[in-house]
Amino acid sequence: MAYSKKVVEKFENTLNEPKKFNVGRFNPSDLDVGTGMVGAPACGDVMKLQIKCEPKGNSHVIKDVKFKTYGCGSAIASSSELVEMLIGKTLEEAKEIKNKDIANALELPPIKIHCSVLAEDSIKQAIDDYEAKQ
Amino acid sequence: MSKNIQLPIYLDYASTTPVDPRVAEKISSHLKMDGVFGNPASRSHKYGWKAEEAVEEARSHVANLVNCDPREIVWTSGATEADNLAIKGVANFYNSKGKHIITSKIEHKAVLDPCRQLERDGFEVTYLDPDAGGCITLDSIKAAVREDTILISIMHLNNELGTLNDIEAIGSFARSKKIFFHVDAAQSTGKVDIDLSKLCVDLMSFSAHKTYGPKGIGALYVSRKPRVRIEAQIHGGGHERGMRSGTLPTHQIVGMGEAFRLAKEEMQADRQHVAQLHQRFLNGVDGIEEIYVNGDLDRKVPNIINISFAYVEGESLIMALKDVAVSSGSACTSASLEPSYVLRALGRKDELAHSSIRFSFGRFTSNEDVDHTLSILSHAVERLRELSPLWEMHLDGVDLDKVEWN
Repeated sequence: MAYSKKVVEKFENTLNEPKKFNVGRFNPSDLDVGTGMVGAPACGDVMKLQIKCEPKGNSHVIKDVKFKTYGCGSAIASSSELVEMLIGKTLEEAKEIKNKDIANALELPPIKIHCSVLAEDSIKQAIDDYEAKQ
Repeated sequence: MSKNIQLPIYLDYASTTPVDPRVAEKISSHLKMDGVFGNPASRSHKYGWKAEEAVEEARSHVANLVNCDPREIVWTSGATEADNLAIKGVANFYNSKGKHIITSKIEHKAVLDPCRQLERDGFEVTYLDPDAGGCITLDSIKAAVREDTILISIMHLNNELGTLNDIEAIGSFARSKKIFFHVDAAQSTGKVDIDLSKLCVDLMSFSAHKTYGPKGIGALYVSRKPRVRIEAQIHGGGHERGMRSGTLPTHQIVGMGEAFRLAKEEMQADRQHVAQLHQRFLNGVDGIEEIYVNGDLDRKVPNIINISFAYVEGESLIMALKDVAVSSGSACTSASLEPSYVLRALGRKDELAHSSIRFSFGRFTSNEDVDHTLSILSHAVERLRELSPLWEMHLDGVDLDKVEWN
């Protein structure tokens, strides 16, 4: 399969410098951490996304993000792209991120759109988890 | 890195092989004005006669490799056409005798798709599961045979796993039941001995481009004793005893002939070379944790090795291995997102099927190619596992089978 240049770049950068690209984990039981895990090994994709937030005014801001993804190159690139979009956003802003934003940024082909859908689901779940703890 | 490594390193010989330089030379001497370019069907001049001579010489090289009569070899455009001709040809000719066909779930699509087509035409097809080692057992065939079974089609060597089926035993059984037996041998020529004078095989498909010959040419062995009749699928001139019409591509045919002649001559050397590479590869991957070789090591050829790297997804691994040309599953299905149907048929869990890579070696693979691949591979697996939530869970002692995925 021919990937777009953007997917290849994102994938390779993430692989080569995992720390710089926010690969890792937070303690999921910390109160300022929200965890989302979506997908299934049998389907070939699992994304785990964790956000670390702090209250700011009436809202909460995403200070830091960590992720790990099992999946094809597009899935890994989608997670990594999403992470970059999230840092510094309020939860309200983060909820506005749609799969299309990720798909467009990476120029995903139609057959790989589900990777961006999964990424969108992972942030929703992570926010839900965080909000449930507050 | 040593200078003689060509990047990306080609470890996809099961997909296609480069043409041997000696074969390429033979082909190019059958194309131009000063070469043997004539139409082998031209009876009225020397150009035609010379071309016919070249085609017949090539036919005997193919026949020699598998020990049959040259008159039993029918040229086709490749193994896919040979499979189609054998399966549809027998089914259409003998449909008054019965409408049941037996094949397996690990066949190439070139066998499965014609079977599906016959199902639409009113035939019934039984698709057998392989055993856990990736082979089709005689017992499963015996259990599937019916009164109206007219054809059994089982591959010799599986293209994804490298596993061999016991075509000797299956053939004897089929013959005793008077059922025709077709074998797709696209992958096995030049890798294992084939003696059609002893085997009870009625039809066998061959491909040139898996054995250092050119693409676009293959052949079907059609047994004369006992005689098997097939209905032609392509009409237009009655070439090849009416079984396959169309002007014979002399240059491709002599390419296949030369490739098969070399295969016979060099089979021992090729086998030793590849067996040594295979062992070197196995020793090298031994240090990587949580890997599973798919297909029984004792019943497979060393040319192909299929490995599942648990907790790493195959497509991402291929991307990380950009300096190595390998495939995940069969190239024919890699356009889809489904994991390999062959690995699924083996009973491998889907996630292991998703994590599999096929490495295949050949005549031009060097020790340096293998060593360099091994160093890239272990590095890539390590980095992708660092990225994998499944690997993290595994290290934390989580049983992934007990997790409820959403």
